[in-house]
Amino acid sequence: MTTTSDLLLEIADDELILGWRDSEWTGIAPSLEEDVAFSSIAQNEIGHARALYELAARELGTDADALAFDRDPGEYRSAPLVERRRMDWAHTIARHFLYETADEIRLATLKESDNAEVAGLAAKMDREEQYHRLHARMWEERLRDEPRFRDAVHELWPFALGVLPPEQRATLAQRVGLDEVDAVERGQHSDELRELWEEMTIVRRSVPGATW
Amino acid sequence: MVSEAQVWEALAEIPDPEIPVISLVDLGVIRAVAVENGSVRIEFTPTFLGCPALEVMRDAMAESVRALGAEPDVRVVLDDSWSTDKITPAGREKLRASGFAPPAPRSAGTATTLVELNSMAFRCPYCGSKETALENLFGPTPCRSVRYCNACRQPFEQFKTI
Repeated sequence: MTTTSDLLLEIADDELILGWRDSEWTGIAPSLEEDVAFSSIAQNEIGHARALYELAARELGTDADALAFDRDPGEYRSAPLVERRRMDWAHTIARHFLYETADEIRLATLKESDNAEVAGLAAKMDREEQYHRLHARMWEERLRDEPRFRDAVHELWPFALGVLPPEQRATLAQRVGLDEVDAVERGQHSDELRELWEEMTIVRRSVPGATW
Repeated sequence: MVSEAQVWEALAEIPDPEIPVISLVDLGVIRAVAVENGSVRIEFTPTFLGCPALEVMRDAMAESVRALGAEPDVRVVLDDSWSTDKITPAGREKLRASGFAPPAPRSAGTATTLVELNSMAFRCPYCGSKETALENLFGPTPCRSVRYCNACRQPFEQFKTI
């Protein structure tokens, strides 16, 4: 398998945007434990985004911050699943469960990359992600018989398929126990991404080159 | 001319910014030190990629090399070479003495499971009881979980096994 900066950017954008979305629970999650959990997961996803941007930046001759914050919203490669603004708890857990399941499949492939740096980074990410997966599965087990949760999983399922390239989708369908349907593909962005972009780039746009 | 041993000694004085009882050397995050023509190359692996202390650690290492009169070249290596098994025995003891349960050894080749985390394999760092329960997989930094001791009724933090 060959890895290009395009693929690194897709994954980095997913992790950055999802990190922002997860952090929307900071301070208002249903319990203190979940407040801490989602905040910690958010922080770690953004750490993964940074490491991936750094690798991509070397190939593209730029730096991680420029990739994260200086592109136009239309240039982001994030999957529509991660762009949705904070939803109710059932949808939040459904997205978490679907994303972590998809991410595990994607990382398994990335660990086999011919590029030793990419493979090494993927292995490190995968090691850390096991805690995100434990958390997601714990909640999925708790909610799987709740109609609201099942509806949320079904609603987000086409979005979840869009996280992965077509050849990895059958594995996701098998692990989640749903049939493959038409995916909501990358490359289409909602207004929600633009709003998030306005917020996350405001300092960078207001004071170019600022450091602190 | 500074020697590698002097550099290791200096690095052993740098505390982890988040858990200051343990040094960067105890934590096992320094993979290699090489001295060449007055320049000191340090290869360093973060614990968790989301670690907020990464820059602080990198700057502290550079500063301590400068204090030895050499030019630092600190390289952050983003590969899979660090695990909690790299924490030294002395580091584990320091963690325990300050109220952190050290990480359990990694079970070879298998991912940590909730069953393992809920098992009574984790001693309370305060009273030594194994009657402890997982309160939250996540804690104040990416590398920590929160547990509760049912024997002495003390909450405590545990270094995650990864």
